[in-house]
Amino acid sequence: MIASPADEDGIRQFVSDAVAAREPILLRGSGSKSSMLRPVQAARTLSTNACAGVVMYAPKELILTARAGTPIAELETTLAAAGQHLIAEPPDLGPMLGAASGATIGGVVATNLSGPRRIAWGGTRDHLMGIRAVDGTGEIFRSGGRVLKNVTGLDLCKLLAGSQGTLGVITEVTLKVLPAPETTGSVLLVGLDPGRAVAALSAALGSPFSVSGAAYLPADAAARVPGLPPGTATLIRIEDFAPSVTYRLARLREQLADYGPADLLDDEPSRAAWRAIRDAKPLPQRPKDAIWRLSVRPSSGPALVDALSTQIGARYFLDWGGGLVWLSAPADIANHEAITAATSAAGGTWMLLRAPDALRTSVDVIPSEPPALAAITRRMKDVMDPHRILNPGRMYASL
Amino acid sequence: MIQFPAPKQDVLARRDEIIAGLRALLAPDAVISEPLRLKPYETDGLPVYRKIPLAVALPETTEQVASVLRFCHANGVRVVPRGAGTSLSGGALPLEDAVVLGMMRFNAILDINYADRYAVVQAGVTNIGITEAVKADGFFYAPDPSSQLACMIGGNVGMNSGGAHCLKYGVTANNLLGLKAVTMEGEILEIGGAHVDAAGYDWLGLLTGSEGQLVVVTEVTVRILRGPEGARAMLAGFRSNEIAGQCVDAIISSGIIPVALEFMDRPAIHACEDFAHAGYPLDAEALLIIEVEGSVEEQDRLLAQLRAICERFDPISMRLSQSEAESLAIWKGRKGAFGAIGRISPDYMCMDGTIPTSRLPEVLRRIGEMSDEYGLKVANIFHAGDGNLHPLIMFDANDPSSGAAAERFGADILKLCVEVGGCLTGEHGVGVEKRELMGVQFTQPELTRQRAIKAVFDPDWLLNPHKVFPLAGSPL
Repeated sequence: MIASPADEDGIRQFVSDAVAAREPILLRGSGSKSSMLRPVQAARTLSTNACAGVVMYAPKELILTARAGTPIAELETTLAAAGQHLIAEPPDLGPMLGAASGATIGGVVATNLSGPRRIAWGGTRDHLMGIRAVDGTGEIFRSGGRVLKNVTGLDLCKLLAGSQGTLGVITEVTLKVLPAPETTGSVLLVGLDPGRAVAALSAALGSPFSVSGAAYLPADAAARVPGLPPGTATLIRIEDFAPSVTYRLARLREQLADYGPADLLDDEPSRAAWRAIRDAKPLPQRPKDAIWRLSVRPSSGPALVDALSTQIGARYFLDWGGGLVWLSAPADIANHEAITAATSAAGGTWMLLRAPDALRTSVDVIPSEPPALAAITRRMKDVMDPHRILNPGRMYASL
Repeated sequence: MIQFPAPKQDVLARRDEIIAGLRALLAPDAVISEPLRLKPYETDGLPVYRKIPLAVALPETTEQVASVLRFCHANGVRVVPRGAGTSLSGGALPLEDAVVLGMMRFNAILDINYADRYAVVQAGVTNIGITEAVKADGFFYAPDPSSQLACMIGGNVGMNSGGAHCLKYGVTANNLLGLKAVTMEGEILEIGGAHVDAAGYDWLGLLTGSEGQLVVVTEVTVRILRGPEGARAMLAGFRSNEIAGQCVDAIISSGIIPVALEFMDRPAIHACEDFAHAGYPLDAEALLIIEVEGSVEEQDRLLAQLRAICERFDPISMRLSQSEAESLAIWKGRKGAFGAIGRISPDYMCMDGTIPTSRLPEVLRRIGEMSDEYGLKVANIFHAGDGNLHPLIMFDANDPSSGAAAERFGADILKLCVEVGGCLTGEHGVGVEKRELMGVQFTQPELTRQRAIKAVFDPDWLLNPHKVFPLAGSPL
């Protein structure tokens, strides 16, 4: 049975009841990311789905407040009507994770997922200006507010973002939003190997042209994106007013001449390609494979994916200038160990994003912390969720 | 007046022993204990408060910081971390029974990587020092607080410093990738790295802006960005604050994201013009400085659009900067605003609330009324894009009643900011100054939670302990 209280007080009541019964809660929004990270064993399930709706939207102040259960699709529609957008371009991973429903804003904030624009304009956590939540004792708390600049007190917004529902039930979020670009376009370089491609992406991101997306798709991944020619695809996006997009794409093409002839993608094909990249569509559609999401120093991306493709036959593509590695491989412990060891050795971080329950219960799904930080994590959990009620085991087996 | 916790007599009684203990850990010249040499550390950018510390320690390595903190923790000695001492909220103000941990010897830039667009710097590198180091290659570090020539990156992390260009580039928290930091118990923490979005809880986000309550930062990995092809500013003067506010709304609604959008009221215009001779319009009630970036053609096009928007609001004057030198002069006036006020008033207090931008006209009107009530002049500077308001209250510190009135006036302004839906501080931090106002913005249970989070990192409340949280209710 999934409880879906319609408001914050209902959520508070549900948590208080669970505390009284000392029964843990599996937290979810629409459930689009339920198969992420470690499975949660819980007697009760709480969905924030019904606690939904835009509470406040002030386009002239670039600020929007919505209840946790508000679907991303609804927010995008509301914002588009005023010519604005969600800055971090959150992905819709529902299809990849085998879920029918689309993501909610509460789920996106709780997982701190961001799309291609993260590289230029920051991630979901960067635009989270205010939050309301219920902690693991059933107490409502707030942090931040509804203004764009606020350093008053400790920043619990960022603490909650990406905490995977283990520190509090997010009930309402306030986000900075920005004007949506008039148009977009992309430079497309065909046939580069990963090393040359990431060098090209670095050159583009190091140019003065405000690149807002920088991805590399091996040939098999490019073939899954509509409208791309055969061969590997190196894509560089510009979003702005139309004359700026035209000018900047032309200048980028000149500056990247050493990387071979470049094509330009117009607004529509560019948007389609970046939507596919955002949602990890370039990965093979193999429901039984596991999927890892790695974040590394961009220039260490090529060596990492070369090694892992050779070693375990992993399929991949790169976003964030080479720094975000989406990786797919058969779901077994040996592969997990090979991938996580190589990523850690490269100084990066990793997340087992999708895997059968058997694998995700038997391995670390994110890196374990060194002892000093792990102790701080435990003490933080003691403050926010002393009874270990909220999403137990979702991030770390012992918490 | 702000109250301070009573010095711990047992610590004062062990002064010589504590200083000897510190000397055993650090180089001979790295512990200061002579009263005359302690004097420069007695205050920071909020000089109305002064306390001579027990001693000053000047470590050079993260391991030395850890050993000093371990020693102080073991001996129950309070520690106040300090960078350049430019805090406007008293964030680096010492206590008589505390050791000041001065970070100025952490002045090395350790790594610059253009391919991956980051730099690793020690905490005592100045804000401008990062940009200076990468400028020749076309890069910069984005957050640009007015104190950027002096302030240190470790303090920027502590306060989550902003600047005039946040609307596009964000504040410190949005421009960090990693930290090396030390807890009061002497544990060295490595957080993040040269990549984004570390797994686990967002310690980077929590520690940024924690005002030295949780850890001492020793090393910072920052994002560096390639600069634009060029940037140019324009000035537009208006007949009233209301009209200028409406113009700001119209600019934001147009879809243009100016890299900076600054507002000054009449007193601020006059003070800054006298100082910088930037050509600010002296007959205007309100002035907007609007800056755009891009190629010359892009600048021309955006400025033409902005000009058309401004013209709808019956401007008194409009001027497009014709050169880089002219743009620099325009910014010199704005960034020198505090100094400019200092020239026309013996003392001033710089406030730092944030408000919803739509409430600007009302807030300025009420600040004007308060100015009459208190008999103190005020000049207002406003980061109009993000709602961060800096009223500069002018007073005379030699007249105690003037100083006390300025403090009450400031508190009333900040209460007003919260009342209209804003907050107590947008970028200067709570520090000592706004500590007792925290209850205006937060409920007691919310403050209890924040105190509990401090105790996660600093269970004995030894690190910068008399800041941020109201004294009543803090275990001091």
